[in-house]
Amino acid sequence: MFRDAWLVTKKDLLIELRSRILINQIAPYTLLILVLFGFALDADTETLRDTGPGLFWVSTLLVAILAIQRSVDVETSDSAIDRLMLSGISPTSIYVGKTIGLYLQLIVLEALLFTVMVVLFDMSVVDYPLVIVSAVVTTLAISSSGTLYGVIASGLGVRETLLPVLFLPVLAPAVIGATRAFGDAFGRVNADGWAWLGLLSVIAIVYTLVGMLTYGNIIEDT
Amino acid sequence: MQRTEKQEFTTSRGTRFMGISLLLGIPTLLIFSFLLSPADDNMDDAVRLIYVHVPMAIFAYVAIITTGIGSVFYLWKKSRWWDTVAHASAEIGLILCGLVLVTGSIWGRPTWNTWWEWGDVRLVTTLVLFLMILGYLALRQVPANPDLRAKRASVVGIIAAVNIPIVNRSVEWWENNTLHQKSSLTDGKLENLTLFTLFLGFIVVGISFLWLMTHRFRVGWLATEIEADGITGVIQERLNEGNSGGENPNYQQKDEVQ
Repeated sequence: MFRDAWLVTKKDLLIELRSRILINQIAPYTLLILVLFGFALDADTETLRDTGPGLFWVSTLLVAILAIQRSVDVETSDSAIDRLMLSGISPTSIYVGKTIGLYLQLIVLEALLFTVMVVLFDMSVVDYPLVIVSAVVTTLAISSSGTLYGVIASGLGVRETLLPVLFLPVLAPAVIGATRAFGDAFGRVNADGWAWLGLLSVIAIVYTLVGMLTYGNIIEDT
Repeated sequence: MQRTEKQEFTTSRGTRFMGISLLLGIPTLLIFSFLLSPADDNMDDAVRLIYVHVPMAIFAYVAIITTGIGSVFYLWKKSRWWDTVAHASAEIGLILCGLVLVTGSIWGRPTWNTWWEWGDVRLVTTLVLFLMILGYLALRQVPANPDLRAKRASVVGIIAAVNIPIVNRSVEWWENNTLHQKSSLTDGKLENLTLFTLFLGFIVVGISFLWLMTHRFRVGWLATEIEADGITGVIQERLNEGNSGGENPNYQQKDEVQ
C-alpha cells in the first residue's frame, strides 16, 4: 500500500515542481495574508506578537484551501482520476499518497510563513520542539481531512463555496489546540502547550482513519 | 395515479400519542421547573435552565450519533431508508444544538458573568459541531445526483458523529481550560425534586425528539418517493417516445414556435 501511496505522492509533487503553482502563486498569497493581518490589526508589534500564533494557523488554513483545490484539480481535470483508478492502485493508497503530497506542500508553506512571521512580527521562540511537534501533528490533521473534503466537494459545481463550509469547522478544534501550543512555544500565553498535543493527535488520527475507510466510496463517483 | 394509494401524510397513531403526551408533558415540566423545584444555592434561579439545557444537549448528541449510524449503514447497505434517517436526524440535531448554545449563553450570563467564553472548550466545540451540521445540510441541498449526494453527505455525517466524543469528554481532558462544571448528575449533588424535574425534562425532550424525528423522516421519505416517481415518469415518457417513433408533442410545440 505504502509503495503505491508513495508513487501517488511523487506524481503530485512532480506536477507541482513542473507547474510551480505552489511557488509562484500560493506562496506569495501566504505572505500577502500575513502582511494584510499586520495592516488590519495594528502597527503595534506587541499586538502582532500576541496574535501571531493564531494568525499563523488561520493563514495556514486559508492557504490549505487553495492547496486542496489544486490537489483535487490535478485529478479531476481530463479525468485523470479514472486512469489512476484503472492503474490498479487502491483508493486507500491514493488517499494516503495524496495526503502525504498535500502534507509536504503545506509543511513547505508553513516553514515560509513561520520564518516571515518571526521576522515581521519580531517574535522569539522559547520552545522549538513544541513548535515542530505541534506543526507536524496539526498539518497531518489539515492534510488528512483536506484530502477527503476536497473530493467530497468536487464535481458538484459549488466546490469553491462548499469546501470552506465543510472543511473549516472540522479543523476549528485543531486550530484552537495548535494556536494554544504555538502561543506557549512563543511564550505568549499561560497554557501547557504540550497538553494540547493530545487533542491534535486525536483529531489527526481520527480524520486519517475515516479518510482511509471512506475515500474509496467517494472517489468512484468523482 | 399510483400516488393516491401511497401514504401521503406523516401522522400515525404513534405520533398522535406522542403529540398528546407532549401537550401534557410540556406544561407539567414548566410547572415543576418554575414553581415546584427549588432555586440553587449558588446558581439561584438560573439552575432552572438545566432542565431543558442538559436534556437538549444529550439529545443533540443522540441526533448526531443517529446521523452517524445512518451514514455508516447507508454506505454499507446503500439503503435510501438509512440515508433518510441520517438526513432527518441531522436537521433535528441542528435545532437542538442551536438551542443548547442559546440556553447555555443565557445560563452563562448570570452564572459566569458572560454570554460567551472562548476559553471554554465544550462551548466552542459545541459551536463547531453546530457549524459541521450546517455544512452537512448545505451539502444535502446541493443539486446533484441523489445517490452521489447521499454518499458524500454520509462521510460528512460520520465525521460529525466521531467528533462528539471530543466535545463530550473535553471537560475531563482539559479541565483547566473550561468554566463548565463536572456533571452534577454523576456527582450525585442534585436534590430529589431537582433530580425528578431533570428526569422529566429528559422525558419531554426525548418524546419531542422522537415526534420530530418521525415526522421529518416521513416527510423525507415522501420527498424521495416523489423524486423517484419523477425519474420513473421521465423514463416512461422517453420509452413512450421510442415506441411512438420519436414523436414528442413537447418538441413539436417548440418547433412550431420557432
